[in-house]
Amino acid sequence: MQTEINVTINGQASTDVVEPRLLLVHYLREVKRLTGTHVGCDTSNCGACTVHLDGRAIKSCTMLAVQADGHEVETIESIGTEHDLHAVQEGFRQCHGLQCGYCTPGMIMASVALLKDNPNPTEEQIRMDLEGNLCRCTGYQKIVDSVLWAAENPDGLPAGGAT
Amino acid sequence: MIPAKFNYQRAGSTDEALAALAANGDEAKLIAGGHSLIPLLKLRLASPELLIDIGEIGALSYINDGGDHLAIGPATTHLAVAESDLVKAQVPLLAAATAQVGDPQVRNRGTIGGALAHGDPAADHPAVLLALRGTFVVQGPVGEREIAADDFFTGFLETALAPDEMLTEIRVPKVPDARWSFQKFNRRAQDWAIVGVAALINNGQPGIGLVNMGSRPLRAAASEAAAAGGASATDAAAVAADGTTPPKDLNADADYRRHLAQVLVERALTEAGG
Amino acid sequence: MPFVGERIVRKEDPVLMTGRAEFYDDIRPEACMAMAFVRSTYAHAKILSIDTSEAAAMPGVLAVYTIDDFADYGMVPGVPGMDRPMLARDIVRFVGESVAIVVAEDNYLAADAVEAVVVDYEPLEVVNSVADAMADGAPVLHEAIGSNVLLDTPWADDIEAVFSAAPRTASLKLWNNRVHPAPMEPNGVVADWSGQKATLWVSHQAPHHLRNTLATYLGITHSDLRIVMADVGGAFGAKIQWYPENFLAPIISNRLGRPVKYTQTRSECFMLMMSARDQHHEAEIAFDDEGTILGVRSMLYANAGAYPDVPIALGMPTLTNWMTSGCYKIPALATGHKVVATNHAPLSSYRGAGRPEACYLIERLVDLVVSETGLDPVDVRMRNFIPPEDFPYTVPHAEVEYDSGSYAETLNEALRLIDYDNLKAERDRRNNDPSEKLMGIGFSSWVEIASFGPRGALEGFGHIGSYESSQVKVQPDGSVIISTGASPHGQGTVTTLAQIAADELGMHIDQISVKYGDTDSGPQGIGTMGSRIAAIAGSATKEASIQVVDSAKKVAAHLMEANPDDIEVVDGNFSVKGTPARSVSWGEVGWASMSPTQLPDGLSAGSLDQTVFFEPTGFTFPSGTYICVVGIDRTTGEVEVEKFLAVDDCGTVLNPLLAEGQVEGGIIQGIAQALYEEMRYDDNAQPLTASFMDYLAPAASDVPRIDSGRTNTPTPHNTLGAKGIGESGAIGSPPAVVNACVDALRQFGINHIDMPVTPQKVWRVLNNSVGG
Repeated sequence: MQTEINVTINGQASTDVVEPRLLLVHYLREVKRLTGTHVGCDTSNCGACTVHLDGRAIKSCTMLAVQADGHEVETIESIGTEHDLHAVQEGFRQCHGLQCGYCTPGMIMASVALLKDNPNPTEEQIRMDLEGNLCRCTGYQKIVDSVLWAAENPDGLPAGGAT
Repeated sequence: MIPAKFNYQRAGSTDEALAALAANGDEAKLIAGGHSLIPLLKLRLASPELLIDIGEIGALSYINDGGDHLAIGPATTHLAVAESDLVKAQVPLLAAATAQVGDPQVRNRGTIGGALAHGDPAADHPAVLLALRGTFVVQGPVGEREIAADDFFTGFLETALAPDEMLTEIRVPKVPDARWSFQKFNRRAQDWAIVGVAALINNGQPGIGLVNMGSRPLRAAASEAAAAGGASATDAAAVAADGTTPPKDLNADADYRRHLAQVLVERALTEAGG
Repeated sequence: MPFVGERIVRKEDPVLMTGRAEFYDDIRPEACMAMAFVRSTYAHAKILSIDTSEAAAMPGVLAVYTIDDFADYGMVPGVPGMDRPMLARDIVRFVGESVAIVVAEDNYLAADAVEAVVVDYEPLEVVNSVADAMADGAPVLHEAIGSNVLLDTPWADDIEAVFSAAPRTASLKLWNNRVHPAPMEPNGVVADWSGQKATLWVSHQAPHHLRNTLATYLGITHSDLRIVMADVGGAFGAKIQWYPENFLAPIISNRLGRPVKYTQTRSECFMLMMSARDQHHEAEIAFDDEGTILGVRSMLYANAGAYPDVPIALGMPTLTNWMTSGCYKIPALATGHKVVATNHAPLSSYRGAGRPEACYLIERLVDLVVSETGLDPVDVRMRNFIPPEDFPYTVPHAEVEYDSGSYAETLNEALRLIDYDNLKAERDRRNNDPSEKLMGIGFSSWVEIASFGPRGALEGFGHIGSYESSQVKVQPDGSVIISTGASPHGQGTVTTLAQIAADELGMHIDQISVKYGDTDSGPQGIGTMGSRIAAIAGSATKEASIQVVDSAKKVAAHLMEANPDDIEVVDGNFSVKGTPARSVSWGEVGWASMSPTQLPDGLSAGSLDQTVFFEPTGFTFPSGTYICVVGIDRTTGEVEVEKFLAVDDCGTVLNPLLAEGQVEGGIIQGIAQALYEEMRYDDNAQPLTASFMDYLAPAASDVPRIDSGRTNTPTPHNTLGAKGIGESGAIGSPPAVVNACVDALRQFGINHIDMPVTPQKVWRVLNNSVGG
């Protein structure tokens, strides 16, 4: 049973016909070809699929595309570009908050959301707010450092800044 | 990972949802935040033919002052409950417990009604509602009824909801001056409780709900009786596992769960005891 | 300024952080099909029948195959007699083994069709553990071998004389628990053999290794098979092996004339990606009252699973035995092993690959001496360390020569950083106060074998060589492209090699681009594993850069009419030493190098292009001392790491920022093994932990911060002095954690507790003790 959905994705209105069981993460990756959002598990634990729905971080593997009809979705592709990194991305770069990069889009989406609600978090608050995002490479320490950097540098690198 | 096929209908109102349920019997399931149902669909542990989406019904998402109680719509997200000034002031146990459900992403989508209607003994909310002596308003073809929490959780993932009924409101008594405590013991912060305790002492009347101590959400009835009778926290906690049938799973054997129940009830009663 | 040794941020990051990476699942050729597997639900069973008819008739299903459809192809390459069919033939030997394949238009349709395949099994007796496998009358899983003991290496000498004569002996039974690498990206592959040439995009650690073997298997030339290593979402040693899907996918693509993709789910990953460790040790230590170690004897039983991953599963126990001496000058060692088949999914390498097991063993034995004698763990270690003057040090029981180390210096540095006396006082105070959490201090002074390896080392694991390659090519504008055989998956190799080249070439790292992972271009490589790349690919890059500069100076000299021996290159410019004002840039030299009218006699176009296959002259031996402080809740048994200090010695550090990242990541995995993670099975060898819900990989909320320090004993085996650090954290940390737990619980009468140290296990210790 195909269903028409209208979703605003990264600021652009989008109309598609999908089957009801299509998971939002697969809609984004396979239909919209936005492959920055990743699948890392099948039990809603890992957070690699984190996107923003109406401004709030959610796990797109635990939502159906049809449920997104009428809503706004933002993915990692809307957060900065290689030439113009978002402050959180700059933090991840300055502090080595990523290694293989697979968890990173979800981690960044969760971090952007947490800083929106709490612009000056403590280390403990950051760790608790990232409880739903797993990483196997970094051991989390430099992810925490990255978010702290972004909190201290909300505009990113100063002009003419670091390497 | 991939659900079996199903049809989907977005309900615009409670009446529409009830009509769809009536028409489809147990081939249909309601969905709001989907954080109890979608994981089951992905593992193909559930394969309904129709999903009726009530998550978009604005009228089902609210937290209202009902006089002597708070009235909470079933499609209210955990986030809204946890951050509500009204809940924090009037039923702080509920706000505190809700703030520990899952992780932030789960709390942004999952709903209090979904969590309660699922009836999982390992979930936090049923124990909290038992401790609070909350009630559930349920609507169906024969009309509306109000069910006490003690009568709502009937078995493992089974509630008093008939297949053609829908949870339409959760009512929790206001207890702004009560002492309370929420104890959740788990391995990782995002995990379900291995054992959890929701405790409330309101005008000397204790309510203690247990998480993951049986095949359905339970009270620590013996501890409640002991505490009501003036027993110390330690003595009341000593009987915390009476009448429970704690499961054995990867994280704990039954004897360790019984021990944890005692420890956590003691901690809860100490914190709530003042 | 030099780049090597500096905290340089990574060149790799912008692409990865903005969602523009290309992991294999992001690649979708036109008309790509989806393949999905029907998997065994039994650990050991005969296959009576497979009915694919209903599945084959479903919408969008293009084919359903069983092993009979691949009669023209052989087993997955391995040792005859215990090799693995691509799909089960007649018998399944572990839960999750592939029985059939569905090929469909997309994943969703494939998943539906998988459910429709009906397999009829006749269950057989299950071999559920190493003990089961070795018991009399156990079913033999591989008849051609005749026994479930696949490899049996007895003690060369049982050193009984040493033990009989020793003033004291003590023994320990240890289990290094089975864990799963669980990279955030599961396995998967895209294959396109719809035309003459075959291409695979695969999440893999050794693309050339895969290309060489797979081409031979498929009956095509190396030149007609291109492996493109996609961005890899973590591997940790589990993406080197031969997985059936990598062999099946190109065949299916060729047969159906379209590209095909296999996307592994997480539960499949837990069942099928090779898990690790699962070694049982029976160990004894001989010592005296002063804590001098006189001998160590150990027998190791390793679970290989149903189809041993040859040769890695058979090789790792050897590494464990080699490294059993640890940091200590032990006069007599006897180490042996048995590798055993069971009805579990195959096991293989995971971060440390045989060395975590050795380190755990010897450090727990040292702690046993502490328990038995009451001596301070620092004193026992100091008394027994191999002294600096003994290096290079050959262990008495194997042909293994440690290159360098200064273990006492490293331990002293750790003690300096942690205020040990105060910690001990605090521990004693808390442990005697029932209202306080218990506290334990655990040491791990560890050494490991890295930088695989000198000639012959990796050949023993089935590779073509043990070198690593780097090609440094100057472009006409003076910028540089480096192509390496390394296959990084998070290590920051691109940045590290650029740093090394930049220093030799006298240019900025922004002028240097590093490529890898495409077998059609760049030199043959061995791959990224065994903590080898910084040392070996780094040295290859350094050597190739030196060769390029040598020729470049000739070009520059010709342009400036000077003597090449007088030329130096600094900050992008070539000049005569002492006269920096007169110079030519790398841009001018680069252009001239491709422009014959500007070249001196003897140099042709393209000579600023050098490839080096670097062979280290030996293994390297990173070492360290880790100190872990735990707090234990007396009522719940919950263990919390309150402090973790890591002092590492990896020789030359090329990029401290990246080195810290490797150490921190490895230590958290090691702490997770010690406290959280375990692959568990029920009595029928059904996996119980096949999801991140049940397999407790921790999140940021569940783990501590790591404090770190450093000492430096360079290695002579490569031109950088670098020993490698990628696996150290996972090797050294589990014993530090367990030793700390034992320290906290010693007053309750125990001298060991098995990993993972769960609250329930601790509670049982506390509950069973008398008093305390």
